[in-house]
Amino acid sequence: MSNKLLDWIEYRIPMMRVAKMHAMEYPAPKNMNFWYVFGFLATIVLINQIVTGIWLTMSFEPSAERAFASVEYIMREVEYGYILRYMHSTGASAFFIVVYLHMFRGMIYGSYQKPRELLWVFGMFIYLALMAEAFMGYVLPWGQMSYWGAQVIVSLFGAIPVVGEDLVIWIQGDYVISGATLNRFFALHVIALPLVIVILVFLHIVALHEVGSNNPDGVEVKRKKGSLKEEEKTKWKMHEYYTNKYDIVDDVVPFFPHIVLKDLVAFTIFLLGFAYVLFFNPEMGGYFLEHPNFEHANPLKTPEHIFPVWYFTPFYAILKAVPDKLGGVIAMFAAIIMLVLLPWIDRGKVKSWRYRSGIHRYNLLVFAAVFVFLGYLGGTPQEPWKITASQICTFLYFGFFALLWLYSKNEKTKPLPERISK
Amino acid sequence: MRKLVVLLSFLLPSLVFAAGSNYPLDKAEYDLTDKASLQRGAQIFMNYCMGCHQAQYQRYQRTFEDIGVPLELGQENLQFTGEKVGDYMKGAMPKASAEKWFGTAVPDLTLVARVRGADWLYTYLRTFYVDDSRPFGVNNKVFPDVGMPHVLQELQGVPYDSHEERMIDGEMKEVYAGIKSDGSGTLSPEEYDKAVLDLVNFMVYLGEPSRLEAESIGRWVIVFILVFFVFAYLLKKEYWRDVH
Amino acid sequence: MSNAPVDNGRRRFLTIATSVVGGVGVVGAAVPFIASWNPSAKAKAAGADVEADISKLEPGQMLRVEWRSKPVWIVRRTPETLESLAAHEDQLRDPDSEQPQQPEFAKNRYRSLKEEYLVALGICTHLGCSPQHLKNGAFAEQVEGVPEGFFCPCHGSKFDMAGRVFQGVPAPLNLVVPPYYYIDDNTILIGSEEGAA
Repeated sequence: MSNKLLDWIEYRIPMMRVAKMHAMEYPAPKNMNFWYVFGFLATIVLINQIVTGIWLTMSFEPSAERAFASVEYIMREVEYGYILRYMHSTGASAFFIVVYLHMFRGMIYGSYQKPRELLWVFGMFIYLALMAEAFMGYVLPWGQMSYWGAQVIVSLFGAIPVVGEDLVIWIQGDYVISGATLNRFFALHVIALPLVIVILVFLHIVALHEVGSNNPDGVEVKRKKGSLKEEEKTKWKMHEYYTNKYDIVDDVVPFFPHIVLKDLVAFTIFLLGFAYVLFFNPEMGGYFLEHPNFEHANPLKTPEHIFPVWYFTPFYAILKAVPDKLGGVIAMFAAIIMLVLLPWIDRGKVKSWRYRSGIHRYNLLVFAAVFVFLGYLGGTPQEPWKITASQICTFLYFGFFALLWLYSKNEKTKPLPERISK
Repeated sequence: MRKLVVLLSFLLPSLVFAAGSNYPLDKAEYDLTDKASLQRGAQIFMNYCMGCHQAQYQRYQRTFEDIGVPLELGQENLQFTGEKVGDYMKGAMPKASAEKWFGTAVPDLTLVARVRGADWLYTYLRTFYVDDSRPFGVNNKVFPDVGMPHVLQELQGVPYDSHEERMIDGEMKEVYAGIKSDGSGTLSPEEYDKAVLDLVNFMVYLGEPSRLEAESIGRWVIVFILVFFVFAYLLKKEYWRDVH
Repeated sequence: MSNAPVDNGRRRFLTIATSVVGGVGVVGAAVPFIASWNPSAKAKAAGADVEADISKLEPGQMLRVEWRSKPVWIVRRTPETLESLAAHEDQLRDPDSEQPQQPEFAKNRYRSLKEEYLVALGICTHLGCSPQHLKNGAFAEQVEGVPEGFFCPCHGSKFDMAGRVFQGVPAPLNLVVPPYYYIDDNTILIGSEEGAA
């Protein structure tokens, strides 16, 4: 009976075929280590943000008069409303934690290199959309940081020559950040950008499954059809979509159950941290929820120190490092564009840092350290030494890309193994 | 060496005091589970703070229920404004007249503990001192040129900066010795500190009334996740035995 | 990654155990989402019991009280009105209040705790309009021989002075009698029954 029903459905819409192809019989390299769980975790957090977001809009009122009060209404009057709100606010920071780790994974194992350039670019677009989404979401509670954060970020557009000033007013819908701004950001935050992000995530996964997952060795598991002996091919049943086109090395496991179970364990560990923050420390020392944001927006009084939330602070530090408004904005956007262009800046043929030169490993580690330190510089009160420090770090940030471009052409790499090493 | 330390320990506070808002904060050892303390704090809050301030995001009823005050008792003894126990905690003074009175907007206090932190509040309420140059005759150590009068003076007495003579390097020098009360208040200095701590405790509660419930749910959630982790981990290991 | 043979029993046990525990987790995670749809603490406070002072209510008069944002009628019925209630019972759908439209204490001809006072939700059981109180013979236009009653202007439903619905009108049920009790002779508390508060 149920089989007949399934057949009836399958004949009309390929549900099982898609599930088998993408979630069950997808060949995944068996040596994918803990660095490979963050994509899955990002998907989970995305779902969390969408679901809790829908529930928050049920009580949130997007107006300058009511936004702040309605958030407190959720916190105090709605049954378990505070859990929903903290799930969303903790999820925002968690999103960036897993996305940054996911991106760094891609960098150390060369997951952006041929043939995964578009996969990387889609990922970067997700990251950009996510930054816009997070920024607009942060404006909605209409606290002091919401207001002044919006003020600072929107003012950046004022640096654009000729049209800048008019553009700022157009974005704000008023001469200052106002209820009109709040309303349009609300619309973008709850409908437009989530839609864009979901579509991009879909494309990201389609692209991933077309080219296949990379792995810590950077050795492809899909080989040219007919190039492998029978005993070298995987014994697992993989979907014919993959086996018809390629020979698949016996170094893979099926996505289900092996990868799913591994991700599940990772998810559980992630959940421990998430639950700790959610129930015991939702402000996370003022990093996840900034203290001044518990005060209603006041256009006449700037808080003593304003910083963006922690996940923007590296770019904020770059912005401040350049002593020129337009120059700062250009530097900040260039910092992100560099990342987008990474597949073409790196001219190396070997993917994983395991088999690349010492200078490459060193370059990557310095880059990571510089990024974190820029985050510190952008997220703590201004001091004179910090300006110099952020200038040095900005130089080092761009230096990473320049060096990479230079040495990757004729880099001395270690010989790649034929198969994934045990 | 020891002499130097002693010297520094006297010098340092006065240096810090000079910096104004860098005044070192005292730790507020508040306890949200102490209902008696919350009730005393609520009493001070309703009597002294709500005259001018509001706590407009919280309702009386929720407050009374959470701190263990029967609704009718609370309404009689703690609620001076609003008709119903279900009303929001809006003060007796309309916003506009408060602004006229003090020359500045009177902040809402619902979330002040989350904006400033408990330690700041605890120190702030204990560091008013007489300063005739200010409109209300008082100033504050952690909030220089504060626009608020010292409403708890009735409890603390008139506080003033005190100095005392100390022997330093063989010379008698006048050093700063903290804020002292003239003793005209109804409470002793220790009792006053305790009353302020109760008040801060209440304000911390007011900032996040769900804190205790969140933590008690959170403990169960963490235990549950640990149990789930054991099963998930064993299952994962079991299936990965196939992989060589 | 040992070479031990696959232990299917262990696999099955762990799969089921993980699924069950995971299922419990999903249900637990759903709780805040479902519970958040309940009336908020504020709505509950606004829907709390209300007291009504009936000391000024003259015989024949009606007092309207708001309870959970709905009109509650309190009518002080005259002895003549009370007497007349028995007269038209053959024209009613549910003269003995068999349908659960009232607390147990009001399952009588007068549908009330004290005969003199009718307490009822002023909302037609048809589609939720609020009926009009027609008295001094005005109701006789609607039902012959009955001088006083409630008439719904929306679809013409008719109720007598005990809130009982007449036959041949769209409304299927008698008017709802909310839970209430007398705090003292002059005060009614609407929203709970005595002892249940």
